Amino acid sequence: MKRRTVLSAMVAAPFVARAQARPRVVVVGGGFGGATAARSLLLGNLEVVLIEARDVYTACPFSNAVIAGMREIEQQRFGYGAIVSDGVRVIRDTAVGVDADRRRLTLESGASLIYDRLILSPGIDMIWDAIPGYDATAADTMPHAWKGEAQTLLLRRQLQAMDNGGTVIMSIPANPYRCPPGPYERAGLIAWYLQRTKPKSKLLVLDAKDTFSKQKLFQAAWKRLYPNTLEWVGLSDGGKIARADPRAGAVETDFQTHRGDVVNIIPPQRAGHIASVAGVADRTGWCPVDPATFESRLVPKIHVIGDAAIMGAMPKSAFAANAQAKVCALAVLRMLNGQAPDDPRLINTCYSLIAPNRAISVSGVYRPLNGLLADIDGAGGTSRLDATDETSALEATYADAWFTTVTTEAFG
Amino acid sequence: MVRVLINVPKTVRRDEPFEVRLLISHPMESGQRRDTLGLAIPREIIDRLDCTLDGEAVIHMSLFPAISANPYLSFSAVAQRSGTMTITFSGDRGLTQVESVPITVV
Repeated sequence: MKRRTVLSAMVAAPFVARAQARPRVVVVGGGFGGATAARSLLLGNLEVVLIEARDVYTACPFSNAVIAGMREIEQQRFGYGAIVSDGVRVIRDTAVGVDADRRRLTLESGASLIYDRLILSPGIDMIWDAIPGYDATAADTMPHAWKGEAQTLLLRRQLQAMDNGGTVIMSIPANPYRCPPGPYERAGLIAWYLQRTKPKSKLLVLDAKDTFSKQKLFQAAWKRLYPNTLEWVGLSDGGKIARADPRAGAVETDFQTHRGDVVNIIPPQRAGHIASVAGVADRTGWCPVDPATFESRLVPKIHVIGDAAIMGAMPKSAFAANAQAKVCALAVLRMLNGQAPDDPRLINTCYSLIAPNRAISVSGVYRPLNGLLADIDGAGGTSRLDATDETSALEATYADAWFTTVTTEAFG
Repeated sequence: MVRVLINVPKTVRRDEPFEVRLLISHPMESGQRRDTLGLAIPREIIDRLDCTLDGEAVIHMSLFPAISANPYLSFSAVAQRSGTMTITFSGDRGLTQVESVPITVV
């Protein structure tokens, strides 16, 4: 039987113990990628170590609903208890150094660990000052709300505190960045919140692109649901911001200054810091990897999964990170066992809410081709432009079910 | 009608260069592409831009099919006194459009 799916492939690849001590695989980062990878590795006879500084992980998918007051932050929180009981050794620490020659990982506490294989799932870091005036301090005034619980809650509080009639500004970066359709989901949900509770308010969306994921679907939904609230300005109409002025609550483009009562700037991003420390990030700030094993193209025995890696056609999403984690774990098990890695197939689906209980989606199926993950033609697709409310409601329930499934698989 | 954004400083100093920035919403169709039926898509570009300050030439530009859609252009200018900067675009399909913006010298 040809192994087509990740799950069947995993079952078909038991790890054969070596005579010497069990190999040790260290996973850095306990998000969707890292947590899933750690658990999947337990299929083999290995010592699995997960390095994660936080004891509670706050998930980003659905956090736009938290910002719009449709959902509570508690629903986004996940712990590592189940992963520990499964047999993963979770170390609450931060990876600060990698010696690839000695296969040694150094932690902030001063401890160090020897690995047979290292899997980095470090997520993203903001590139401060990519937009002049927008640095880590500015994010206390103009939240990015693109990672972490504090930022998500800050934007939510700012929206709640704003007067009816206020202006909200969102700034969206050029590609690539975490969660391509995420900013547009956020725009719709903020518009929904404003229309319902502060109907005289406006949302101005300044975009550094002219085209984006699920564009026709989003724009049709905005036109129908939020025609007087949401205004989107693309690159060719002057949507790219050139400077932020947190004191004045203003953003400047090359042509205009816009003042907002609440300003949400999603800045350009790169792979999480440990990626550049380990030498696996290239000049783009992201990590080139083999598309079948996710082993770094720059440093052997280090794999990179999730948002930090360059995955070709596969977008940076929690769904993708979870899928890549399983493929990576399997590849690592096979490689430690002296076997050749499989030729994997991966799936991604991104659901986006356009209003409470209304969602649209895009799905893709990917395989390694010419050194990158490529779309398989004819597989996947997007929601119909003429979908009924009933269908959109059904898609929202699929989104909920996906969240339950993926968080259970990673943390439950 | 082509949408054009023009940015000049609010005030400029006499004889000191200042920057003029333009963002032009235009497909700049090169004439070298074919549609789904294999038919050539006719060229439609802005091929000339003339900028004057109170009638005096600031810059003439010739634009060609290799220029991207929605071009962003910038150039420097110098003013001796306040006046009106006029920018004229012309191109395929009889396009002519005139935009103007005040220049204030202090």
